[in-house]
Order: sequence, then C-alpha cells, then structure tokens
Amino acid sequence: MSTTSLLVIAILILATLGYFLASKRAISTAGGDRRKLHSLPVYYGSNAAMFTAIPALGVLLIWLLAQPMLVEQNVLSTIPDKLITEGSSIGLVMSDVRRVADGLEVVVSTGTLSQNETLKLDTEQTDIRALLAGVGAVVGSDVLPEVLEAAQNYRAQTKTGQLWMVLIIAPLALIGFALSVLAAKPTFRARNTVERGILALLVFAASLAILTTIGIVFSMLFESINFFKLHSWTDFFFGGSWAPNFRGDSDLSILPLLWGTIYISITALIVAVPVGLFAAIYLSEYAGPRVRAFAKPLLEILAGIPTIVYGLFALLTVGPALVRVFGRGEEGLLGVEWMSGATAVLTAGLVMGIMLIPFVSSLSDDIINAVPQSLRDGSLGLGATPSETIRQVVLPAALPGIVGAVLLAASRAIGETMIVVLGAGAIAKFSANPLEAMTTITTRIVSQLTGDTDFASPETLVAFALGLTLFVLTLGLNVIALYIVRKYREQYD
Amino acid sequence: MTDAIQKPEKKKSSLLQLDARTRTRNAAEKRFKAYGMIAIAFGLLMLSILVFNIVTRGAGAYQQTFVALEVELLAGKLDKKGNRDLDDIKKISTFGYTPLLSNALEAKIIELGIETDLKAKKMVGILSKSAAAQVRDYVLNNPNKIGETIGFEFLASSRVDGYLKGRVSRDSIGNDKNISPAQLDLVDALKAEGCLAKRFNMSFITGSDASDARPEAAGMGTSMIGSFFMMLVVLVLALPIGVAASIYLEEFAPKNWITDIIEVNISNLAAVPSIVFGILGLAVFINYMHLPNSAPLVGGLVLTLMTLPTIIISTRASLKAVPPSIRDAALGVGASKMQSVFHHVLPLAAPGILTGTIIGLAQALGETAPLLLIGMVGFIASNPPDSIATGLLSPNSAMPAQIYEWAKRADPAFYERAWGGIIILLVFLVTINTIAVILRRRFERRW
Repeated sequence: MSTTSLLVIAILILATLGYFLASKRAISTAGGDRRKLHSLPVYYGSNAAMFTAIPALGVLLIWLLAQPMLVEQNVLSTIPDKLITEGSSIGLVMSDVRRVADGLEVVVSTGTLSQNETLKLDTEQTDIRALLAGVGAVVGSDVLPEVLEAAQNYRAQTKTGQLWMVLIIAPLALIGFALSVLAAKPTFRARNTVERGILALLVFAASLAILTTIGIVFSMLFESINFFKLHSWTDFFFGGSWAPNFRGDSDLSILPLLWGTIYISITALIVAVPVGLFAAIYLSEYAGPRVRAFAKPLLEILAGIPTIVYGLFALLTVGPALVRVFGRGEEGLLGVEWMSGATAVLTAGLVMGIMLIPFVSSLSDDIINAVPQSLRDGSLGLGATPSETIRQVVLPAALPGIVGAVLLAASRAIGETMIVVLGAGAIAKFSANPLEAMTTITTRIVSQLTGDTDFASPETLVAFALGLTLFVLTLGLNVIALYIVRKYREQYD
Repeated sequence: MTDAIQKPEKKKSSLLQLDARTRTRNAAEKRFKAYGMIAIAFGLLMLSILVFNIVTRGAGAYQQTFVALEVELLAGKLDKKGNRDLDDIKKISTFGYTPLLSNALEAKIIELGIETDLKAKKMVGILSKSAAAQVRDYVLNNPNKIGETIGFEFLASSRVDGYLKGRVSRDSIGNDKNISPAQLDLVDALKAEGCLAKRFNMSFITGSDASDARPEAAGMGTSMIGSFFMMLVVLVLALPIGVAASIYLEEFAPKNWITDIIEVNISNLAAVPSIVFGILGLAVFINYMHLPNSAPLVGGLVLTLMTLPTIIISTRASLKAVPPSIRDAALGVGASKMQSVFHHVLPLAAPGILTGTIIGLAQALGETAPLLLIGMVGFIASNPPDSIATGLLSPNSAMPAQIYEWAKRADPAFYERAWGGIIILLVFLVTINTIAVILRRRFERRW
C-alpha cells in the first residue's frame, strides 16, 4: 500500500476517534447533564472529526497535485540538452524518465532488488530495460545513463517530498484532533462552528462549477499557446487549407473546417427548425390533451437517444439510402451519379436535424405557452382565425424566445461530435455541394487526439486551438441565446 | 358617410354562403393546421424508422450460428511424450489444434455422406478462428481427457453466420477470400443434417470484444462493466457535489455578483459541447495528473464534470418546489438555518433530486465523444476486471465507445454487433428513465 493511502486511512481513523472522544468529553464535562451543553453532543463529535480530517485532507490534496509538477520541473532542469535529439522532445524524455522511475519503484516493491541495490544501478552493467520488463514495466528504448540518472533523481525527490508530506500532514491532523477534543466543553458553541464548516463545504462545491470552466479554458489556452508558438496564427485563422502531415510542415487552417461545420449545422437547422416549430405550434395551439399526452413524450424520446445511435443511423441507414437516390448512376433511383459515398453533408445534416427536432420543439413549446392567453383571446375576438392569431400575434410575441431556442439548437449542432464523426466524412474543403463529404471542427479534434499523439507537434496541439475556438463559438451563442430567452421571459412574468 | 349610402353593395354577403375571401382564409387555416400535423408525423415517422432499424438490424447479433462436432483429442498430436505434463501440453499452440478440427469435420462429412471436393484446410474455414483456441482451453483445463472424443459446439465464421442470416449471399461473395461457394454448399448440407444451426447467443451479452478477424466472437459484457464503473464514479461524485452546490445556491447564497457569475456559469456549462469536456479530461487528468489512459476512473471523472450542471439545475428546481412554509416552521421552532435545510427541506426534495440524478446518469451513460479523447477506444477490451481497483484503473471500454469501435471496423458483421449493442444500451436507458418516471409519479408531492 502506498504512503498516501496509509496516510488517508490514518487520518480517517483519527477523525472517527475524535468524533467519539469529543462527544463523550462534552457530556462528561457537563457532568452528564446534556441540558448544560450549548449544542447537541453530535455537534461536538462532528466538530472534532471535521477539524481532524478536513484541513489535513485538503493540504494532502493540494500536495498531491503540486508535488509532481515541482519535482518534474526540478528534474527537467537537470536533463542535459543533448538528450533531446531529432524527433524527440522534452515531453517524451520526461515520460521516459517517469516510466523508468515508476518501474524501479515496482522493482523495489516486488523485492527483485533492494532499495540500495537500485540506487547503485548502472546502465553499463545491467540491462535496465530487461530488468523493468521483468516486473511488467515497459520502456520504449534502451535506457540511457542520463535518463537513469534523472530517474534516480526523480525518485529521490519524490521520496523526500513524500516524507515532508507525512511530516507536515500528520501533525496537522493531530493538532486538529487535540484542539477540537479539548474544546469540547459545555460553553463551546459547537453547532455554529460545524455549520460554518458545512457552509464552507457547500461554497466549495458550488465553486467547482467555476473551477471546471477555468480548467476548460486554461487547459486549452496553454496548449493553444504552445501551438501558436509552433504554427503561425495567421495561417490557422486565415489560411485556406487543412492538410495535416505528421512529418511536419502541415497546413492547419480552421477555415475549411469552419465551413464544413457551419454548412452541416445549417442543413440540420433547415430540417429541425420548421419541423420543430410547427410541431410546437400544433401541440400547444391545436392538439387536444390526448394527442399532446401521446405525441409530446414520443417526440422527446428523440432527444434522449444517445448521439452514437444517430451516428450509426447516419452511416448505415441514411447515408446508403441517399446514395440509392442520388448515386449509383443508372441503377440509382434518379439515375444520376452525384453522390459516391454514404458520408456527406446531407447525411450528417439530416440526421442531426432529426436529433434537434425535440430540442427546438420543446423549447418553443415552453415559449409559446408563456404568451399570455389574453393576447390570443383579443385576436380571436376580433375575428381572426386561429392560424392568423398564431402568425400575427402569438409568433411575433414569442419571436425573441424562438430565436433564442434556434441559437441554442445551433450551438448544439456546432458542438455535436458523433454524428459528424460517423456521417460527415474526413475531407476538408470548400464546396457548396451537399452530397460531398466534408469535415468539421469536432471530427478533426477527435482524429488529431486519438491514436498516437505527440504533444510536442503542431498536428496534435492544433486540436486544442480548435477546441478553444469551438468553446468560444458555442459559449458566445449560448450567452446570446440565454440573454434573449431571459429578457423575453421577464416581459410577461 | 354619404358615400356608403349612395353606393349600393356590389355583392350581397350572406351568413349561409361563404365568400371567396372567407374561403381562402379557411383554406389557409386548414393548410396551417396540416403543416403542424405533418411536422409531428415527420418526427414520429423518423422515430419509428430509427427504432425499426435498430431492432431489425440489431436482432441478428443475438442469434449466432454454431457447428456441433465431435473432436477426437489425439494424444499423438497434443501430448507427444505421453506424460500428461501440463507444461508440455501448453507448448502446443492453437495451430497444432487445427488438424484436429479438420479431422473432426471430415469425419462428420463422411458420416453424413456429404459430397464435397473441398480440401480439409478450406473446410475448417467455415469455423470461427476461435474454434482452435476453444479446444485448446478445454484441453488445458482437462488434460486427462486427451485421447477421448469430446462433443464441441463451435462458432461458425462470420461469413457463414451472415449466410444463414441472409447478410451474405452467393452473389455478394465474388471477391471474398474468406469464403467460397463450395464452402457454402457444405454449409447448406450441414444445415440440412442439423449439425449447423442458429441459436440464441448469450456470449454477445456477457462476452468481451474480439479482434478484427473474429466478429462472431465479439460481445458487450466487458464494456458493460466499464460503463458500470464509470457510472459508479459519476454517482459517487456528482450526486453529493451537485446537491451541495445546489443547496448553497438555492438556500444560502447571498444575491451578489459572485453568485450571479456562478449561476450564469452553470447554465453555460450545461450547454458546452461534450467533446470540450473530453479535451479537459485529456489535458488535466491524463497529461497533467498522469492517471492511466482508458481507465473508467478518468471516464467517470470527465462524465461527472459533464453531468454536474444537469444535476445542479434539476436539484435547484426541486429545492425551489419545497414551499417556504416548511422552512419557516422549522426556523420557528428553533432550528438553525442549516438544520431546517438538512432536516426538513432536503428530505422533501429528495425524490426530485433522485429523479434528476438518474436522468443525468442516463445522459452520461450514452455519451461517447469525451470517451474517444481519453482513449477508451482503439483497443480490444478483452479481460473483465477482477476487483474494484482494477475495474476503475485498468483500461476498459464503455458501451457507447464499444459501439463506435465496431462501427469503425467497416465489416457488416461488426455493424450487426453495433446495432445489437445499441439495443442493450437503449434497454438500459429505457430502464433508467422508467425508474425515474416511476419515482416521480410515486413520490411527487404537490403543495
């Protein structure tokens, strides 16, 4: 078992102990009379458990996150430059070092060699690679002396770090334990302290949402900056072609991908918006309660189906069906040869449109229902037919909300991945033909980040720049849409 | 006014007779209503096409063709030294077992009096490539059976299976190296004699993924376990964190710009594309924290971050639905604010919170895109984990990722598996959602 898990278990045991000791002590200091206590005994116990566990565990968490980074930086500065040869990078060398260090750790823990013996290892005398392979740790190439030295260094620093971790965190837990148990007296306001602690935890949980956003932005920002150091930003934003080439010297421009993304999204919206809007109008203005109770949940099933199912539907059903109509020359239904493969803008757009129907319809349904009945009554009373009422009174009143719903649907379409990965194809180009395969931002993110990736090459890092662009794009649409929807709602509430 | 008196009406309007303008207005009304009906019909039609497609194409995966054969475990081939030493027997690879299979098949053909001019090696082609491994596993487990004749049921190869299911026809195999018309003749003859038949395929539900060459042996079992562990992580993390965050925002947060930012942030996070969470997971959990690639733990963490906003939004709605009188009453009898929330509001909101969490889980279960980036595809998830720790940390796949993997292999036999996998995935989703609906119906309270 590792030092960390032992430490965690020790802290938890201490916290449990503190709970019982403190609640006991509270009662006994009150002379056995619970009425003399400020709070219930439970609170004294919880207070002790809280002060024992939470500061210690919090510091432990921060320590665990920070230590690898600091150690890595120290080791990194000792690695000689000559190790970083052609076709290699500092990241690759570092991961070698890490692997050797982890392997040596396993060697010690399985008892193949003792701690001292591993420290005396020498690349001249022993075959480190074979030694590590013997315990199941695989190293890509032969271990260089510098790498071994760095790995030893890495291990030593990690060990020192862990020692300090125990030396700092164990006393912290003990101090918390002692102070909180000693504080368990009738005059101590345990409930207030515990409640403040719980509140702090609640605030922490709520701020996780912010942390996630910060994490998203920073994780993509840093790698994007790395990317723009290797590749010119003018080419990325304004270049005309996308041709990644893993030997380097690739054209990595977002414009063809953006065109594919927007084209497919617009196709999807052309399907989803009229269908979804008319479905919402019919359901909210014409349908009786029975039709509504039947059709609305059924339509919403479409929204609950995972996107991978739609992806397969596009690739294996809709695509071939479209080929049968628009392709195959003489054998096809139209006798034309316009479409060669199942993956095309139309395939992905149609299926994505089907997926978005319930999204548009349920949002518009809510918005149409929010239009006050008095407006309809007024219009009908003046002699307008129901459809005239809808077109000339209800829809104009609901328009901002509907625009918001369409924008939200557009943001969904832009960020949708599985349908386009399976149904849109992989060719980046500017073309207005909906029967051709085209590619999108999301599909390129997937293809650049799956398989063998090298986080030092612009071909991999471009995915982060694409991701950041995608994030900004969808975030912008969402913010505008939410603003419009919110503003509109306030009018009638 | 005088004009109106002087000019006689050109047309007499009547309540009994529709004038042209009313007629066009009524027609427009009917058209408009018809558009709505067409829209709904289109949506429902697409839904039924989708469901029909899934069921008809996926049903095949639950049937598999098996060949029954009696294999003589020749001692001369499997244990040349004759001392039944397990280490010696282990040295014989699956190649050494192939002759046994061809012998068994030949014997069967002679016994049944089927005429074929196929060579023995070609005949074995109708069996799955896993057949030899199946015999080998049996021998290694029961070395004492060497020399006896044992009845086996082998998987037929995917082409033979496809032939029986109508996916492969004699016309379609023109350029196929894996099967020949002569082999199909043999299959027909064996089928007529009843030793080759389709039956229910349990191993699709319980089994593991198989390599590209053996679609007939691939199953969903291992990836189901992967999904299970991911959902476990999501439940353990997202539920407490989500509930805590909602309690703070709904019950304690002061109205200021910080809480405003958090609120706007949460509603925006709910609409961030899922692939962005995949990038976050790759950068933070794998590249920075060095958590193992492809591990369900990492998948669970990413899906937790993704479902948190959903859970927070639904939890806040159910907390909001608890009437203020409950809080006032609790405060009135001397409870602290914290006690009123945890002892009174939270239990009343629990069914709603649970429903929201279950729906969030369902969403996470079907999510694929982030899993692609943290490496849960591209390998063969063949070993079911043996403990919770390995289940969380050793590479595995997940149901949707497995389906994607099969869809990518571009082999109709794997496509069938993918549709079949979708059926399992949808059965899970329907079950989860039904539970949510039942919970809501059963415990929902109207104040």
